[in-house]
Amino acid sequence: MSEIKNVLTEPLFNKNPIALQILGICSALAVTTSLQVTLVMCLAVIAVTSFSNVGVSLIRNHIPNNIRIIVQMIIIASLVIVVDQVLKAFAYEISKQLSVFVGLIITNCIVMGRAEAFAMKNGPVLSFFDGVGNGLGYSVVLIVVATIRELFGAGKLLGVEILPLVTDGGWYQSNGLLLLPPSAFFIIGLFIWALRSWKKDQVEEPDFKILPNTEHSGGH
Amino acid sequence: MEHFLSLFVKAVFVENMALAFFLGMCTFLAISKKIQTAIGLGIAVILVLAITVPVNNLIYTGLLKEGAMTWISEDFATVDLSFLGLLTYIGVIAAMVQILEMVLDKYVPSLYNALGVFLPLITVNCAIMGASLFMVERDYNLGESVVYGVGAGLGWALAIASLAGIREKMKYSDVPAGLQGLGITFMTVGLMSLGFMSFSGVSL
Repeated sequence: MSEIKNVLTEPLFNKNPIALQILGICSALAVTTSLQVTLVMCLAVIAVTSFSNVGVSLIRNHIPNNIRIIVQMIIIASLVIVVDQVLKAFAYEISKQLSVFVGLIITNCIVMGRAEAFAMKNGPVLSFFDGVGNGLGYSVVLIVVATIRELFGAGKLLGVEILPLVTDGGWYQSNGLLLLPPSAFFIIGLFIWALRSWKKDQVEEPDFKILPNTEHSGGH
Repeated sequence: MEHFLSLFVKAVFVENMALAFFLGMCTFLAISKKIQTAIGLGIAVILVLAITVPVNNLIYTGLLKEGAMTWISEDFATVDLSFLGLLTYIGVIAAMVQILEMVLDKYVPSLYNALGVFLPLITVNCAIMGASLFMVERDYNLGESVVYGVGAGLGWALAIASLAGIREKMKYSDVPAGLQGLGITFMTVGLMSLGFMSFSGVSL
Protein backbone atom coordinates (compact mmCIF):
# COMPACT_ATOMS: atom_id res chain seq x y z
CA MET A 1 0.00 0.00 0.00
CA SER A 2 2.73 2.44 0.92
CA GLU A 3 4.47 1.52 -2.31
CA ILE A 4 1.42 2.59 -4.30
CA LYS A 5 1.20 5.83 -2.37
CA ASN A 6 4.85 6.37 -3.06
CA VAL A 7 4.69 5.96 -6.84
CA LEU A 8 1.59 8.13 -6.84
CA THR A 9 2.98 11.09 -4.93
CA GLU A 10 6.68 11.06 -5.80
CA PRO A 11 6.22 12.51 -9.31
CA LEU A 12 4.16 15.44 -8.02
CA PHE A 13 7.00 17.51 -6.65
CA ASN A 14 10.01 15.31 -5.89
CA LYS A 15 10.40 13.83 -9.36
CA ASN A 16 8.21 16.09 -11.42
CA PRO A 17 8.27 14.93 -15.06
CA ILE A 18 8.43 18.46 -16.45
CA ALA A 19 10.55 20.27 -13.90
CA LEU A 20 13.11 17.54 -13.27
CA GLN A 21 12.94 14.75 -15.81
CA ILE A 22 12.59 17.09 -18.86
CA LEU A 23 9.73 14.98 -20.20
CA GLY A 24 6.60 16.09 -22.01
CA ILE A 25 7.43 19.73 -22.36
CA CYS A 26 6.21 20.12 -25.94
CA SER A 27 2.51 19.97 -25.24
CA ALA A 28 2.89 21.60 -21.82
CA LEU A 29 3.51 24.94 -23.47
CA ALA A 30 1.10 25.16 -26.34
CA VAL A 31 -2.18 24.16 -24.71
CA THR A 32 -2.01 26.37 -21.62
CA THR A 33 -3.70 29.55 -22.84
CA SER A 34 -7.01 28.57 -21.29
CA LEU A 35 -7.71 26.49 -18.21
CA GLN A 36 -10.54 24.49 -19.72
CA VAL A 37 -8.47 23.19 -22.63
CA THR A 38 -5.64 22.42 -20.23
CA LEU A 39 -7.85 20.34 -17.95
CA VAL A 40 -9.02 18.24 -20.89
CA MET A 41 -5.44 17.79 -22.06
CA CYS A 42 -4.38 16.70 -18.53
CA LEU A 43 -7.16 14.12 -18.37
CA ALA A 44 -6.16 12.79 -21.78
CA VAL A 45 -2.51 12.48 -20.77
CA ILE A 46 -3.34 10.82 -17.43
CA ALA A 47 -5.57 8.30 -19.21
CA VAL A 48 -2.99 7.47 -21.85
CA THR A 49 -0.05 7.26 -19.46
CA SER A 50 -1.78 5.01 -16.96
CA PHE A 51 -3.36 2.61 -19.45
CA SER A 52 -0.32 2.38 -21.69
CA ASN A 53 1.69 1.55 -18.58
CA VAL A 54 -0.77 -1.24 -17.77
CA GLY A 55 -0.66 -2.53 -21.34
CA VAL A 56 3.10 -2.54 -21.58
CA SER A 57 3.46 -4.02 -18.12
CA LEU A 58 1.07 -6.91 -18.88
CA ILE A 59 3.09 -8.12 -21.86
CA ARG A 60 6.51 -7.01 -20.65
CA ASN A 61 7.82 -10.56 -20.37
CA HIS A 62 6.83 -11.42 -23.93
CA ILE A 63 8.24 -8.40 -25.79
CA PRO A 64 11.50 -9.16 -27.60
CA ASN A 65 14.01 -6.57 -26.51
CA ASN A 66 14.99 -5.21 -29.92
CA ILE A 67 11.49 -4.38 -31.10
CA ARG A 68 10.16 -3.12 -27.77
CA ILE A 69 10.03 0.52 -28.89
CA ILE A 70 7.70 -0.31 -31.77
CA VAL A 71 5.48 -2.48 -29.56
CA GLN A 72 5.22 0.30 -26.98
CA MET A 73 4.52 2.77 -29.76
CA ILE A 74 1.63 0.70 -31.08
CA ILE A 75 0.03 0.34 -27.65
CA ILE A 76 0.35 4.08 -27.06
CA ALA A 77 -0.87 5.04 -30.52
CA SER A 78 -3.97 2.86 -30.23
CA LEU A 79 -4.84 4.44 -26.87
CA VAL A 80 -4.35 7.93 -28.27
CA ILE A 81 -6.66 7.14 -31.18
CA VAL A 82 -9.33 6.08 -28.68
CA VAL A 83 -8.88 9.31 -26.70
CA ASP A 84 -8.96 11.36 -29.90
CA GLN A 85 -12.19 9.73 -31.08
CA VAL A 86 -13.83 10.15 -27.66
CA LEU A 87 -12.90 13.85 -27.60
CA LYS A 88 -14.23 14.37 -31.11
CA ALA A 89 -17.50 12.74 -30.12
CA PHE A 90 -18.11 14.43 -26.78
CA ALA A 91 -16.09 17.66 -26.76
CA TYR A 92 -15.74 18.67 -30.38
CA GLU A 93 -14.99 22.36 -29.72
CA ILE A 94 -12.15 21.58 -27.34
CA SER A 95 -10.74 18.91 -29.61
CA LYS A 96 -10.59 21.55 -32.38
CA GLN A 97 -8.67 23.88 -30.07
CA LEU A 98 -6.24 21.15 -29.09
CA SER A 99 -5.72 20.48 -32.82
CA VAL A 100 -2.62 18.38 -33.35
CA PHE A 101 -1.68 18.20 -29.69
CA VAL A 102 -3.93 15.24 -28.91
CA GLY A 103 -2.12 13.28 -31.61
CA LEU A 104 1.17 14.45 -30.22
CA ILE A 105 0.50 12.62 -26.94
CA ILE A 106 1.95 9.64 -28.83
CA THR A 107 5.32 11.31 -28.98
CA ASN A 108 4.91 12.86 -25.54
CA CYS A 109 8.03 11.67 -23.82
CA ILE A 110 6.23 11.14 -20.50
CA VAL A 111 4.22 8.24 -21.90
CA MET A 112 7.15 6.65 -23.68
CA GLY A 113 9.58 7.41 -20.86
CA ARG A 114 7.41 5.84 -18.16
CA ALA A 115 6.62 2.79 -20.30
CA GLU A 116 10.32 2.27 -20.88
CA ALA A 117 11.61 3.16 -17.41
CA PHE A 118 8.87 1.81 -15.15
CA ALA A 119 6.30 -0.43 -16.82
CA MET A 120 8.93 -2.70 -18.39
CA LYS A 121 10.17 -3.63 -14.92
CA ASN A 122 7.06 -3.62 -12.70
CA GLY A 123 3.67 -5.28 -12.36
CA PRO A 124 0.49 -3.89 -13.87
CA VAL A 125 -1.06 -2.46 -10.68
CA LEU A 126 2.02 -0.55 -9.65
CA SER A 127 2.55 0.61 -13.24
CA PHE A 128 -0.99 1.93 -13.38
CA PHE A 129 -0.42 4.13 -10.36
CA ASP A 130 2.95 5.23 -11.65
CA GLY A 131 1.20 6.37 -14.82
CA VAL A 132 -1.47 8.22 -12.84
CA GLY A 133 1.20 9.81 -10.63
CA ASN A 134 3.27 11.05 -13.52
CA GLY A 135 0.18 12.27 -15.33
CA LEU A 136 -0.71 14.22 -12.17
CA GLY A 137 2.79 15.66 -11.91
CA TYR A 138 2.43 16.88 -15.46
CA SER A 139 -1.01 18.26 -14.68
CA VAL A 140 0.21 20.23 -11.65
CA VAL A 141 2.61 22.24 -13.79
CA LEU A 142 0.12 22.69 -16.60
CA ILE A 143 -2.68 23.84 -14.32
CA VAL A 144 -0.44 26.36 -12.55
CA VAL A 145 0.75 27.78 -15.87
CA ALA A 146 -2.75 27.85 -17.38
CA THR A 147 -4.26 29.53 -14.30
CA ILE A 148 -1.67 32.31 -14.38
CA ARG A 149 -1.97 32.79 -18.13
CA GLU A 150 -5.74 32.86 -18.30
CA LEU A 151 -6.27 34.90 -15.13
CA PHE A 152 -3.77 37.65 -15.87
CA GLY A 153 -3.90 37.43 -19.65
CA ALA A 154 -7.64 37.46 -20.17
CA GLY A 155 -9.01 38.22 -16.69
CA LYS A 156 -11.02 35.01 -16.69
CA LEU A 157 -10.93 31.52 -15.23
CA LEU A 158 -12.73 28.71 -17.05
CA GLY A 159 -14.43 31.42 -19.10
CA VAL A 160 -15.89 33.17 -16.00
CA GLU A 161 -14.82 36.78 -15.52
CA ILE A 162 -12.72 37.25 -12.38
CA LEU A 163 -10.88 40.49 -13.05
CA PRO A 164 -13.10 42.92 -15.01
CA LEU A 165 -11.12 44.26 -17.98
CA VAL A 166 -10.63 47.94 -18.75
CA THR A 167 -12.09 47.34 -22.21
CA ASP A 168 -15.35 46.15 -20.60
CA GLY A 169 -15.48 49.09 -18.19
CA GLY A 170 -13.65 47.31 -15.37
CA TRP A 171 -10.35 48.20 -13.72
CA TYR A 172 -7.94 45.47 -14.84
CA GLN A 173 -5.55 46.19 -17.68
CA SER A 174 -4.88 42.77 -19.18
CA ASN A 175 -1.36 41.63 -19.91
CA GLY A 176 -1.36 40.56 -23.54
CA LEU A 177 2.10 39.00 -23.29
CA LEU A 178 0.68 36.18 -21.18
CA LEU A 179 -1.48 35.01 -24.04
CA LEU A 180 1.52 34.81 -26.37
CA PRO A 181 3.57 31.62 -26.59
CA PRO A 182 6.81 32.89 -24.97
CA SER A 183 5.14 33.63 -21.63
CA ALA A 184 4.75 29.91 -21.02
CA PHE A 185 8.52 29.54 -21.00
CA PHE A 186 8.95 32.31 -18.44
CA ILE A 187 6.25 30.90 -16.17
CA ILE A 188 7.67 27.37 -16.29
CA GLY A 189 11.16 28.79 -15.72
CA LEU A 190 9.94 30.63 -12.65
CA PHE A 191 8.02 27.53 -11.51
CA ILE A 192 11.24 25.53 -11.67
CA TRP A 193 13.04 28.25 -9.76
CA ALA A 194 10.39 28.22 -7.04
CA LEU A 195 10.35 24.41 -6.87
CA ARG A 196 14.12 24.18 -6.62
CA SER A 197 14.33 26.86 -3.96
CA TRP A 198 11.93 24.70 -1.96
CA LYS A 199 13.52 21.31 -2.75
CA LYS A 200 17.20 22.18 -2.62
CA ASP A 201 18.42 18.73 -3.72
CA GLN A 202 17.12 19.29 -7.27
CA VAL A 203 19.50 22.18 -7.94
CA GLU A 204 21.93 21.39 -10.77
CA GLU A 205 25.63 21.80 -10.25
CA PRO A 206 27.11 24.63 -12.31
CA ASP A 207 29.88 23.69 -14.78
CA PHE A 208 32.04 26.54 -13.63
CA LYS A 209 32.29 28.19 -10.25
CA ILE A 210 32.89 31.91 -10.20
CA LEU A 211 35.38 32.78 -7.54
CA PRO A 212 34.52 35.63 -5.21
CA ASN A 213 36.48 38.85 -5.73
CA THR A 214 39.68 38.62 -3.78
CA GLU A 215 40.59 41.60 -1.73
CA HIS A 216 44.12 42.87 -2.08
CA SER A 217 45.41 43.87 1.27
CA GLY A 218 48.50 45.63 -0.01
CA GLY A 219 47.83 49.15 -1.29
CA HIS A 220 48.95 50.14 -4.76
CA MET B 1 7.36 29.26 -57.49
CA GLU B 2 6.52 32.31 -55.44
CA HIS B 3 3.99 30.29 -53.49
CA PHE B 4 6.63 27.69 -52.57
CA LEU B 5 9.13 30.36 -51.55
CA SER B 6 6.67 32.04 -49.23
CA LEU B 7 5.68 28.67 -47.75
CA PHE B 8 9.36 27.91 -47.15
CA VAL B 9 10.09 31.22 -45.41
CA LYS B 10 6.92 30.79 -43.38
CA ALA B 11 7.97 27.30 -42.27
CA VAL B 12 11.48 28.39 -41.31
CA PHE B 13 10.84 31.67 -39.52
CA VAL B 14 7.21 32.64 -38.98
CA GLU B 15 5.95 29.22 -37.91
CA ASN B 16 9.17 27.95 -36.44
CA MET B 17 8.56 24.42 -35.12
CA ALA B 18 10.51 24.91 -31.91
CA LEU B 19 9.89 28.54 -31.01
CA ALA B 20 6.35 29.13 -32.24
CA PHE B 21 4.76 25.69 -31.75
CA PHE B 22 7.05 24.27 -29.04
CA LEU B 23 7.52 20.99 -30.85
CA GLY B 24 10.50 18.76 -30.20
CA MET B 25 11.05 20.60 -26.92
CA CYS B 26 12.31 17.62 -24.93
CA THR B 27 15.27 17.02 -27.21
CA PHE B 28 15.55 20.75 -27.79
CA LEU B 29 16.26 21.37 -24.12
CA ALA B 30 18.10 18.16 -23.35
CA ILE B 31 20.58 18.09 -26.25
CA SER B 32 21.55 21.72 -26.65
CA LYS B 33 24.56 21.90 -24.39
CA LYS B 34 27.12 21.75 -27.22
CA ILE B 35 26.98 23.41 -30.65
CA GLN B 36 28.58 20.40 -32.35
CA THR B 37 25.97 17.85 -31.27
CA ALA B 38 23.16 20.36 -31.72
CA ILE B 39 24.08 20.85 -35.37
CA GLY B 40 24.37 17.08 -35.92
CA LEU B 41 20.90 16.58 -34.48
CA GLY B 42 19.58 19.48 -36.55
CA ILE B 43 20.83 17.86 -39.77
CA ALA B 44 19.25 14.54 -38.82
CA VAL B 45 15.92 16.27 -38.19
CA ILE B 46 16.04 18.04 -41.57
CA LEU B 47 16.73 14.72 -43.32
CA VAL B 48 13.97 12.83 -41.57
CA LEU B 49 11.40 15.61 -42.00
CA ALA B 50 12.22 16.00 -45.70
CA ILE B 51 11.45 12.29 -46.20
CA THR B 52 8.58 11.56 -43.81
CA VAL B 53 6.30 14.52 -44.55
CA PRO B 54 6.01 13.78 -48.32
CA VAL B 55 5.70 10.02 -47.67
CA ASN B 56 2.93 10.57 -45.14
CA ASN B 57 1.32 12.94 -47.61
CA LEU B 58 1.28 10.21 -50.27
CA ILE B 59 -0.18 7.72 -47.82
CA TYR B 60 -2.82 10.16 -46.66
CA THR B 61 -3.98 11.21 -50.11
CA GLY B 62 -3.63 7.72 -51.61
CA LEU B 63 -5.01 5.50 -48.86
CA LEU B 64 -6.47 7.15 -45.79
CA LYS B 65 -8.49 10.16 -46.90
CA GLU B 66 -12.21 9.72 -47.50
CA GLY B 67 -12.65 8.44 -51.05
CA ALA B 68 -8.88 8.24 -51.53
CA MET B 69 -8.92 4.62 -52.63
CA THR B 70 -11.06 5.13 -55.73
CA TRP B 71 -7.95 4.40 -57.79
CA ILE B 72 -8.23 0.76 -56.73
CA SER B 73 -11.92 0.36 -57.43
CA GLU B 74 -15.05 2.52 -57.43
CA ASP B 75 -16.43 0.51 -54.51
CA PHE B 76 -14.00 2.14 -52.12
CA ALA B 77 -15.33 5.66 -52.73
CA THR B 78 -16.99 5.87 -49.32
CA VAL B 79 -14.21 4.32 -47.25
CA ASP B 80 -12.75 6.76 -44.73
CA LEU B 81 -9.68 5.47 -42.92
CA SER B 82 -8.47 8.78 -41.56
CA PHE B 83 -8.92 7.58 -37.96
CA LEU B 84 -5.98 5.26 -38.60
CA GLY B 85 -3.83 8.30 -39.33
CA LEU B 86 -1.96 8.56 -36.04
CA LEU B 87 -1.00 4.91 -36.04
CA THR B 88 0.13 5.02 -39.66
CA TYR B 89 2.21 8.18 -39.37
CA ILE B 90 4.13 6.98 -36.36
CA GLY B 91 4.71 3.65 -38.09
CA VAL B 92 6.01 5.40 -41.20
CA ILE B 93 8.25 7.64 -39.13
CA ALA B 94 9.69 4.72 -37.16
CA ALA B 95 10.26 2.72 -40.34
CA MET B 96 11.79 5.68 -42.22
CA VAL B 97 14.19 6.41 -39.40
CA GLN B 98 15.21 2.76 -39.36
CA ILE B 99 15.77 2.71 -43.15
CA LEU B 100 17.62 6.00 -43.10
CA GLU B 101 19.86 4.62 -40.39
CA MET B 102 20.72 1.56 -42.49
CA VAL B 103 21.29 3.58 -45.68
CA LEU B 104 23.52 6.08 -43.93
CA ASP B 105 25.45 3.29 -42.25
CA LYS B 106 26.13 1.67 -45.62
CA TYR B 107 26.80 4.66 -47.88
CA VAL B 108 27.68 7.67 -45.69
CA PRO B 109 29.35 6.17 -42.62
CA SER B 110 30.92 9.49 -41.62
CA LEU B 111 27.53 11.17 -41.22
CA TYR B 112 26.16 8.03 -39.56
CA ASN B 113 28.89 8.13 -36.94
CA ALA B 114 28.45 11.85 -36.40
CA LEU B 115 24.72 11.48 -35.76
CA GLY B 116 25.18 8.45 -33.53
CA VAL B 117 22.43 7.88 -31.01
CA PHE B 118 20.37 10.89 -32.14
CA LEU B 119 19.08 9.18 -35.24
CA PRO B 120 16.94 6.53 -33.48
CA LEU B 121 15.85 9.12 -30.90
CA ILE B 122 14.27 11.18 -33.64
CA THR B 123 11.36 8.73 -33.82
CA VAL B 124 9.98 10.19 -30.61
CA ASN B 125 10.73 13.80 -31.51
CA CYS B 126 7.36 15.54 -31.63
CA ALA B 127 8.55 17.96 -34.32
CA ILE B 128 8.53 15.10 -36.84
CA MET B 129 5.07 13.85 -35.89
CA GLY B 130 3.82 17.44 -35.60
CA ALA B 131 4.90 18.33 -39.12
CA SER B 132 2.98 15.36 -40.54
CA LEU B 133 -0.12 16.30 -38.56
CA PHE B 134 0.08 19.94 -39.65
CA MET B 135 0.48 18.76 -43.25
CA VAL B 136 -2.79 16.84 -42.97
CA GLU B 137 -4.58 19.63 -41.12
CA ARG B 138 -3.61 22.24 -43.73
CA ASP B 139 -4.24 20.02 -46.75
CA TYR B 140 -0.85 20.43 -48.41
CA ASN B 141 -0.27 18.73 -51.74
CA LEU B 142 2.88 16.72 -52.53
CA GLY B 143 5.01 19.66 -53.70
CA GLU B 144 3.97 21.81 -50.77
CA SER B 145 4.70 19.05 -48.28
CA VAL B 146 8.26 18.62 -49.60
CA VAL B 147 8.89 22.34 -49.17
CA TYR B 148 7.17 22.37 -45.80
CA GLY B 149 9.16 19.37 -44.55
CA VAL B 150 12.52 20.86 -45.48
CA GLY B 151 11.55 24.30 -44.19
CA ALA B 152 10.26 23.04 -40.85
CA GLY B 153 13.41 20.97 -40.36
CA LEU B 154 15.67 23.88 -41.22
CA GLY B 155 13.82 26.15 -38.80
CA TRP B 156 14.16 23.62 -36.00
CA ALA B 157 17.87 23.09 -36.73
CA LEU B 158 18.44 26.84 -36.74
CA ALA B 159 16.71 27.20 -33.39
CA ILE B 160 18.62 24.40 -31.64
CA ALA B 161 21.97 25.58 -33.02
CA SER B 162 21.42 29.12 -31.77
CA LEU B 163 20.22 27.90 -28.37
CA ALA B 164 23.35 25.74 -28.06
CA GLY B 165 25.46 28.80 -28.88
CA ILE B 166 23.81 30.83 -26.16
CA ARG B 167 24.13 28.01 -23.61
CA GLU B 168 27.82 27.60 -24.33
CA LYS B 169 28.33 31.28 -23.54
CA MET B 170 26.11 31.07 -20.49
CA LYS B 171 28.22 28.40 -18.82
CA TYR B 172 30.44 31.18 -17.54
CA SER B 173 27.63 33.29 -16.12
CA ASP B 174 26.70 33.50 -12.49
CA VAL B 175 23.16 32.14 -12.42
CA PRO B 176 21.06 31.94 -9.20
CA ALA B 177 21.25 28.40 -7.77
CA GLY B 178 17.61 27.45 -8.33
CA LEU B 179 17.65 28.63 -11.92
CA GLN B 180 20.85 26.77 -12.76
CA GLY B 181 20.53 24.49 -15.79
CA LEU B 182 16.94 23.84 -16.82
CA GLY B 183 15.40 26.99 -15.33
CA ILE B 184 17.63 29.49 -17.08
CA THR B 185 17.33 27.52 -20.32
CA PHE B 186 13.57 27.98 -20.21
CA MET B 187 14.04 31.73 -19.77
CA THR B 188 16.47 31.86 -22.66
CA VAL B 189 14.14 29.96 -24.96
CA GLY B 190 11.33 32.32 -23.92
CA LEU B 191 13.41 35.33 -24.96
CA MET B 192 14.39 33.63 -28.24
CA SER B 193 10.76 32.87 -28.89
CA LEU B 194 9.88 36.53 -28.31
CA GLY B 195 12.55 37.44 -30.84
CA PHE B 196 11.19 35.02 -33.41
CA MET B 197 7.73 36.54 -32.97
CA SER B 198 8.97 39.65 -34.73
CA PHE B 199 8.81 37.60 -37.94
CA SER B 200 5.11 37.03 -37.49
CA GLY B 201 4.16 40.14 -39.45
CA VAL B 202 6.17 39.05 -42.46
CA SER B 203 4.12 37.92 -45.41
CA LEU B 204 5.48 37.25 -48.86
